[in-house]
Amino acid sequence: MEDGLILLGYNISMFAMRVRIALDEKGIEYEYREERLDNKSPLLLEMNPVHQKVPVLIHNGKPVSESLMILEYIDEVWKDKPPLLPSDPYQRAQARFWADLIDKKARLFYEYYSKYPQCVIVVFAELIAPHNAYFQIYINGGRRVWFSKGEELEAAKKELMDGLKLLEGELGEKVYFGGDKFGFLDVALIPFYNCFDSFESCGKLRIEEHCPKLIAWAKRCMEKESVSKSFAVAPPSMIDEYILMTRKKNGNTE
Amino acid sequence: MSKDELFLLDFGLSPFCIRVRIALAEKGLQYKGQEEDLFGGKSELLQKSNPIYEKVPVLLHNGKPILESTNIVYYIDETFASPPLLPACSYGRSRARFWADFIDKKVFDGGAAIWRSKGDELELAKNEFIDILKKLEGALGDKDYLGGEKFGFLDIVLIGSSSWFPTYERIGGFKIEDECPKIGAWIKRCKGRESVAKTLPEPHKVCELVGMLRKMHGIE
Repeated sequence: MEDGLILLGYNISMFAMRVRIALDEKGIEYEYREERLDNKSPLLLEMNPVHQKVPVLIHNGKPVSESLMILEYIDEVWKDKPPLLPSDPYQRAQARFWADLIDKKARLFYEYYSKYPQCVIVVFAELIAPHNAYFQIYINGGRRVWFSKGEELEAAKKELMDGLKLLEGELGEKVYFGGDKFGFLDVALIPFYNCFDSFESCGKLRIEEHCPKLIAWAKRCMEKESVSKSFAVAPPSMIDEYILMTRKKNGNTE
Repeated sequence: MSKDELFLLDFGLSPFCIRVRIALAEKGLQYKGQEEDLFGGKSELLQKSNPIYEKVPVLLHNGKPILESTNIVYYIDETFASPPLLPACSYGRSRARFWADFIDKKVFDGGAAIWRSKGDELELAKNEFIDILKKLEGALGDKDYLGGEKFGFLDIVLIGSSSWFPTYERIGGFKIEDECPKIGAWIKRCKGRESVAKTLPEPHKVCELVGMLRKMHGIE
């Protein structure tokens, strides 16, 4: 196995995008290898046999997987570069908590966006707003989704906005979630900004009207080279293509 | 408030709370606690400390809440250095985090799928659960502990769930020591440890709780 740093990713994977942003923020050189999700490389299967997912960071032949774990690893190993996580244990716990919340819900989103396009708002609501009285979304064998259009969709839109406001509240008057500096939680969340356009057009939402601070934050992040560089390889049209491909694969013709 | 006041919002039978109690015991930390009534009505303190999820465990350190059990264990390890729970090297730590994440995502829900189902669904749930344990058995290998030679972070993360295993075994009709003997041996080894022996609840209490939950869900 070769030495050095290899990142296995997928162009529109928001989880892989987190790692790219973090590596660029730290000014770390690495080799990027694009994976095909319908034809995973032997290297990916060898390096992440448990989940067989991207991103995987291979450092001197040893694999690190799960995007937030990779961020922590990068932060520990490249200590001499600007830190992503705060040094205070309590603030670190806070950052991890919020990143975990985003992560939990983002997975739901990924799985359902491809199956139920009209459900994208429902899913994104679950992404950010855990307390929804109107519907329940389960994942994995034996579970089911139930929702209906009309009223529930309207309720879901409200849940979405309530959820985004939760994040807006956490941001507060800070420049970044990390405070004055772009950090761990900013890296964890910003890739999902790529989807905001889709949500707005699907659900006829105007996120900026309701969460101006969040949108201002996202735009600030986009000014960073590490972020804009990552977004450039994954334009929204590519996301739509991915959705279409996954839906066809699932036999969903809706 | 006096220095280092620790207060735990707890639920005795929750594997997630058990983790935190074991971690505190391993570090030799004194703390006070409050058992939450998750079915009758959550305390104001819980609602205030964890407004988003309203879940236990919550550790209050000098009044400041830390949420999510794995997060709490990391926090305890970072704040109270001795003895260290996580490995020293970065790669070892990343592997520990990876498996802790796997355990978090799979074990409790995998077990819940067993007690929530019957018939064919139960058979499926049982097989999936055994599969999850087999993966963990792979991670254990021939080591004494998931952490290596010493009991550590990853052992703490998983051992709390073991008090629920007898209930899963009974409902699913299987034996972990037959399906995953190394995990069975690991459980016995960990129970020999004082922090674990003192903290793990009696399995029959978990059985009673699950029986109640099954009635609530109309399964029995």
